[in-house]
Amino acid sequence: MTQLNIPIISIIIFFPLVSALALFFIKSRNGENDELLRKIALAASLIEFVLSLYILVFFDSKTAAMQFVEHVSWVKDMGLGYFVGIDGISLWLIILTTFFIPLCILCSWTYIEKRVKEFLISMLLLETAMLGAFVALDLVVFYIFWEFMLIPMFLLIGVWGGPRRIYSAVKFFIYTAAGSIFMLVAIIFLYYYSARTTGAGTFNLLELYKLHIPISTQFWLCAAFLLAFAIKVPIFPFHTWLPDAHVEAPTAGSVVLAAILLKMGTYGFLRFAMPLFPYASHQFLPVIAFLAIAGIIYAALVAWVQPDMKKLVAYSSVSHLGYVMLGLFALNIQGIEGGIYQMLNHGVNTGALFLLVGMIYERRHTRMMDDFGGLAKVMPVFATFLMIATLASVAVPGTNGFVGEFLILVGAFKSYPVFGVFAVSGMVLGATYMLWMYQKVMFGPVTVEANKNLPDLNTREIITLLPIAVLVFVMGIFPNFFLRKMDVSVTHFITQYQHRYELYVAETDSPVRELLGRTGLSNAYEKKINIERLNVEHRTSNVE
Amino acid sequence: MFDLVWLIPVFPILGVFVNGLLGRRIEKTNRSIVHWIACTAVGLSFLVTAGIFLKMLSLPPEQRLYDFTWFTWISAGSFHVSIGYLVDPLSMFMCMFVTGVGFLIHIYSIGYMGHEEGGYYRYFTYLNLFMFSMINLILADNFLLMFLGWEGVGLCSYLLIAFWFTDMANAVAGKKAFITNRVGDFFFAVGMLFLLVNLGKHGIWSLNFTEVFTHASILSPKLITIICLLFFMGCTAKSAQIPLYIWLPDAMAGPTPVSALIHAATMVTAGVYFVARCNILYTMSPIAMGVVAVVGALTAFFAATIALTQNDIKKVLAYSTVSQLGYMFLGLGVGAFTAGLFHVLTHSFFKALLFLCAGSVIHAMGGEQDMRNMGGLRKKIPITFWTMLIATLAIIGFPGFSGFFSKDEILWQAFSSPHGNIFLWLIGYLAAALTAFYMFRLIFMTFFNECRASEEVKKHIHESPKSMTIPLMILAILSIVGGWIGIPKSLGGHNLIERYFEPVMGIGPGKLISGAASHETIAHVAETAGEHASFGIQYMLMAATTLIVFAGILTAWMMYMKKREIPENLAQKHSTPYRLLLNKWFIDEIYEAFVIKPLHSFAMFLWKGIDVLVIDGIVNGTARFFMGCGRMVKTIQTGYVQQYAVSFLFGVMVLIGYYIYAL
Repeated sequence: MTQLNIPIISIIIFFPLVSALALFFIKSRNGENDELLRKIALAASLIEFVLSLYILVFFDSKTAAMQFVEHVSWVKDMGLGYFVGIDGISLWLIILTTFFIPLCILCSWTYIEKRVKEFLISMLLLETAMLGAFVALDLVVFYIFWEFMLIPMFLLIGVWGGPRRIYSAVKFFIYTAAGSIFMLVAIIFLYYYSARTTGAGTFNLLELYKLHIPISTQFWLCAAFLLAFAIKVPIFPFHTWLPDAHVEAPTAGSVVLAAILLKMGTYGFLRFAMPLFPYASHQFLPVIAFLAIAGIIYAALVAWVQPDMKKLVAYSSVSHLGYVMLGLFALNIQGIEGGIYQMLNHGVNTGALFLLVGMIYERRHTRMMDDFGGLAKVMPVFATFLMIATLASVAVPGTNGFVGEFLILVGAFKSYPVFGVFAVSGMVLGATYMLWMYQKVMFGPVTVEANKNLPDLNTREIITLLPIAVLVFVMGIFPNFFLRKMDVSVTHFITQYQHRYELYVAETDSPVRELLGRTGLSNAYEKKINIERLNVEHRTSNVE
Repeated sequence: MFDLVWLIPVFPILGVFVNGLLGRRIEKTNRSIVHWIACTAVGLSFLVTAGIFLKMLSLPPEQRLYDFTWFTWISAGSFHVSIGYLVDPLSMFMCMFVTGVGFLIHIYSIGYMGHEEGGYYRYFTYLNLFMFSMINLILADNFLLMFLGWEGVGLCSYLLIAFWFTDMANAVAGKKAFITNRVGDFFFAVGMLFLLVNLGKHGIWSLNFTEVFTHASILSPKLITIICLLFFMGCTAKSAQIPLYIWLPDAMAGPTPVSALIHAATMVTAGVYFVARCNILYTMSPIAMGVVAVVGALTAFFAATIALTQNDIKKVLAYSTVSQLGYMFLGLGVGAFTAGLFHVLTHSFFKALLFLCAGSVIHAMGGEQDMRNMGGLRKKIPITFWTMLIATLAIIGFPGFSGFFSKDEILWQAFSSPHGNIFLWLIGYLAAALTAFYMFRLIFMTFFNECRASEEVKKHIHESPKSMTIPLMILAILSIVGGWIGIPKSLGGHNLIERYFEPVMGIGPGKLISGAASHETIAHVAETAGEHASFGIQYMLMAATTLIVFAGILTAWMMYMKKREIPENLAQKHSTPYRLLLNKWFIDEIYEAFVIKPLHSFAMFLWKGIDVLVIDGIVNGTARFFMGCGRMVKTIQTGYVQQYAVSFLFGVMVLIGYYIYAL
């Protein structure tokens, strides 16, 4: 088999969009075509998954360069181009995305009853946006997809959500958008800076990587990017939008949110914030690592006292993402590979947990643990799947969660052993809250009358969960298949990062400057000069 | 033959797959298929183990080590861990009795769980999963795969304790077991990571036992001590030692065969196995050894005191397990690794037997576990009675029975080894007396005197089916002869077991895994010391132990046969110490009050106080602030022309005023 000469990435990005358009033209006045719509959407998402496997098959794990690259100039004068590509860091996130969308459509089959067409269109649009953000190599293209994601997600929560859906949807939208605004400013600044230093402004990420940015400037730019991503991840203490959004979102919304959307933040660190600003991000390292640890422990403790299952899973999500951040900022191969792997695991495991919570919510229309108890007797198949997801979530060896967590811990112990010890405590806390939930919901006698005759999972639901359950063990026992694809890219990332960091360090021979860079207190005078210089250049470039 | 070692864990996991996926359907058609799949799987594992074991014995000691690497499990950068199995005297020794006893208990379960409706397949699936995990724990050639088994057995323990989950107490006990074990695993994992990263600093990115032990001497002694202590904390959870033993007594909520297999014979000895496996690390740290010995001795005594007053037949046995495990650690701590392992073996026979007998009693009594409602069962269930008596004689160290040799060896080493001293010996010695007392208390209360059960129960008392009694008899024989492989030289034996372990203990001709070449191992010192000391002292100690054991039996006879009002009077006269013992020194309550409650309140505070009030307050406050600003500015824009005109006029006046003033 040889690789065909087709713009595969564009096909993958826009196929869901085209499918969504097709759905748009199908009549569904009184829901008469709902079944058909669902089937079409499911088929489209499955085709999309198969298409994405093409990338997996032809992915060359021996090169660190971007692959399947498409580069079309868009606005030539501004150096703006449609530039997309994939490397070992983004590869699995794309597969994760295409893997989860069909499951989301399946799990909503009977869950979503009103406005089915609009729901499916939103899902497919969301897929396009997420995939676009994962492959974008041009900052404007990235930003467009990044912000576009908010709209279908906003609708998912706001239209098909629970009782407090409007509050949650608005909170989600404003909070994440507010963070992104700063990033936008930073992107524009980067553009002008590149125009000034190289003569031709560009949004091309790979070009911008090479940019040499003064340390005080770098600090603020990095802070802007970090804020945007930190909110998206979310890193403690920027996490409070997440439990609200999860609780109100419909199951499919929660699954996409947890499994894929949050990865956008962690991915952003790796793709943008860290390599663009090696020196500044390095200065932030202890802060991020500290927040990551704090998040692991804090969110685990808060999860433990939640009466609502979905909220518990949401907080557990924050805790797990703390691990991911810790791994990424350990800045060694074990930490970063572990971090990326944990992104996938978190997607799989938390996705599964949200699916499962959704399934009993659909039956009982409550998620309060006090309303359950003894379900293991009534729903043995459900009990098995929940047990598998629970074990994966608490990282029992043999499941995927363990591999990711262990690699992250190895990385963390290499870089900062003390933090590492605290991170391991998440192991105990994780078991505490997950088993507490399992016990409350599944064990004990059936006390509530309404639970006595709950139907066990049906075939559709089993089909939804089965691929995930298999993946939990496959990824836990054969992680090498996944890890080896990212080796070269991650190694390249680290060497580049270290190399450029050292260049900056060599430059900061003056202790005063270093101090400024570290504390972020750049003096006002320097800033003023920079701005004036920019204004001049702005004018000249306009004249030209 | 050694190449087939991977088959040992594969059979049980196949059993898990078949029963786990199809068990529900199979059970509906023919439930005997379920248990035959499970039993065959373990039986085959045992056969392969036996084959490899015999093959190994036929080889000279220096060829008894084989490292089988199956495939790479996790690797990133220069760090690699594989799924690999180690064949050596230590792992095969453990594997022999784990698969052997495991097989017997599988058979026993057929009879015991026969009345189980609906969960039959689940039970056997978990049991096979346990065997798989335990085998991985034992055979693993590296720390991480061992950790897989280590956590796996904890998981199965959880699943099986909570097997009858409709009773909330069982579910809570299961969770308690898992979380306590996780606390231990936390220390274990930290120890493992410290070890890995510090070896990594010297370029050795490996967790393989052989590699770690060969290079361990490059680490500083301080670091070794820290790592050993961290690992040992892990062992205190798994092997139920102070301070993390609290889960084991509650674990008795599980089905009795499970208590026998997991919570007596196999899983709980994992900690002992681990320390023995890492004997090279531990011998490098006298401090760690001291801690192991002291914790072991204290646990042996402390748990025995609790066992004195318990009325639940399984609880007595549970505390006795904790106590016996303490003995094993005492042995390890004084450098007598072989003695510790020897006691693991004999204990696995007689303690499994005790539990299975207790199970048979409970089975006969229709689920009754309180010894106050038993009595006089001697005639009604004779096989159970006789086998249980044998097991009791073995555990208290009655001369000639297996426990005698292993316990005596430990006590002797505690006394004579350079790492032992008279206090360690004394604690162990006193615990031996307590053991004799509470075990015979159990025998007298259960099998002698009148039957105190209700008439309804009395009618149904019956001896157990063959599938249960045959394992009892096999284990009874093993409980007697199992100790004969370690008859000390002072009694004219050859101490075969000591010679058998020589290759893995860093002494002897093989030196398969050696620590620092210059490092004089403690085991070696202990051995020479033992030989130099005259047999006279050994005979004296032996006699003293035997005497105190008899004293224990006699006291039990006085209190529970002859003058049965004594216990009642004692309890009334000394109510404070009695209640202290009855309530297990209130350790659970102390943990609850000082650890769990405060942490839960703190978590609650984090949620309600910090998360909702402070953090979300700031978030929503920011939003409200901007909304407020908007609202304020909004009032200006009223749409009335008159108002605009007035403000316009006002503005003009201010401007004029300004210019007048400025001029």
